Amino acid sequence: MAVPGFLARDRIVAKPGFNRWLIPPAALAVHLCIGQVYATSVYKAALVADFDSSLTAIGAIFSIAIVMLGLSAALFGTWVDRNGPRAAMFTAACFWSVGFLVGAAGIATNQLWLLYLGYGVLGGIGLGIGYISPVSTLIKWFPDRPGLATGMAIMGFGGGALIATPLSRSLMSLYDDGYDGTAATTASGTAVALLFVTLGLVYLVFMMFGAAIIRVPADGWQPEGFDPSTVKSKALVTTDSVSAANAIKTPQFWLLWIVLFCNVTAGIGILEQASPMVQDFFRDGETSAVTVAAAGGFVGLLSLFNMAGRFVWSSTSDVIGRKGIYMVYLGVGLVLYIALATVGSSAVWLFVLLAALIISFYGGGFATIPAYLRDLFGTFQVGAIHGRLLTAWAAAGVAGPLIVNGVLDTQGTPGELVAGDYRIALFIMVGLLAVGFVANLLVKPVADKWHEPKAQTTPTPERSAAR
Amino acid sequence: MSSPERSTTPLALIVVAWALVVIPLLYGLVQTIRTASALFTG
Repeated sequence: MAVPGFLARDRIVAKPGFNRWLIPPAALAVHLCIGQVYATSVYKAALVADFDSSLTAIGAIFSIAIVMLGLSAALFGTWVDRNGPRAAMFTAACFWSVGFLVGAAGIATNQLWLLYLGYGVLGGIGLGIGYISPVSTLIKWFPDRPGLATGMAIMGFGGGALIATPLSRSLMSLYDDGYDGTAATTASGTAVALLFVTLGLVYLVFMMFGAAIIRVPADGWQPEGFDPSTVKSKALVTTDSVSAANAIKTPQFWLLWIVLFCNVTAGIGILEQASPMVQDFFRDGETSAVTVAAAGGFVGLLSLFNMAGRFVWSSTSDVIGRKGIYMVYLGVGLVLYIALATVGSSAVWLFVLLAALIISFYGGGFATIPAYLRDLFGTFQVGAIHGRLLTAWAAAGVAGPLIVNGVLDTQGTPGELVAGDYRIALFIMVGLLAVGFVANLLVKPVADKWHEPKAQTTPTPERSAAR
Repeated sequence: MSSPERSTTPLALIVVAWALVVIPLLYGLVQTIRTASALFTG
């Protein structure tokens, strides 16, 4: 499918002398917007009240969006690689913004299916395309520090929720005099609809700004002073290229799929239950040593570590290697989970420390995976390969909550659970991390038979389009 | 690079672009830290 000329890849090839440090803010402009998807809890209660519906029915909006993220990233990854980041960012901005506007119409007319279609399906497509749109471009601009580059962008996805949560509270307070931004009051449906319209328009402008300033490097461009042979000398790093169609036929792709699935599922185990979990761990009878306000603070702290881990650990992977950093995420994560299950209830500070480190590994796992893919498969179609791998995220988004909620349902009633009731769920996560650890250990360089002939791997639109 | 056409990215553009993403991020960080502080005070 051809794109209009102003979006075409050949229109955004950077001229010599272009400063590559303009690319991270372009990527952040997109990821900071789509990261809003992790802030949906801020208006969840308002939607339940407005639609007179259940938490499950409203929670399905988020689930649909995440599943659509995985599916659209997988389906449109090759299109994104072929047409370049401006076309992808533009398209993502349109879908994400229209998703909000259709969702607002659904809230205003009290039709939940419109909210599913708007925010869930259309918004979810925007999420998937937007998530992968700047990743391969960043890797090409920063061949010397791919972990740092992808960490910066994907940190923005974590940061998006940090911005959207307080911003949404402020806007809903503005649109509804009866809402004061605390859990004691609930915003009206009209206020949420107006919030959706506002966010949809603001995000459209912000993402279009990213699309306007994004550039791709010219063929053969290298940063000054960069010697590609120093990268090649590292284990597992290839200078060859593997197409997306071939990548999914390799064991390496599926081993990384398992690695991502296990790491994300384990992280969701804590994120899904963060607020009630910290209270349950320190429950004595009907009361908990951790107040509702403090539990809210715990959720905020996890958001900070989720975001920081994306940047810090992904950057660290440039030094210790991708396989090494995943051994930390999965191996140390496994030990931390065991500690959480066994001694986590002995002190609040210990529980918080363990959970925060686990969540930083969760974020780090997301941010490092594109650089791992680039190491194994080259930069040729890394965006499309990344898109296909994100189906692991969609699967984990379903499996993680199912495991945790399924186990807790057998242990007792919410509000009466104690630390011991979480033990089975936590040890299931330990098992998952062990599986991921072994999968990561099994990753070896991709066999030569999957490499593209050298002459065919220049990512010009014409050549890529033929693939 | 051998192309004779050479450009320089204006420093102001880089500063503005970074400011546009960093300022909202700082707002979110400050607000989240304020919320998170309840863990130790609340």
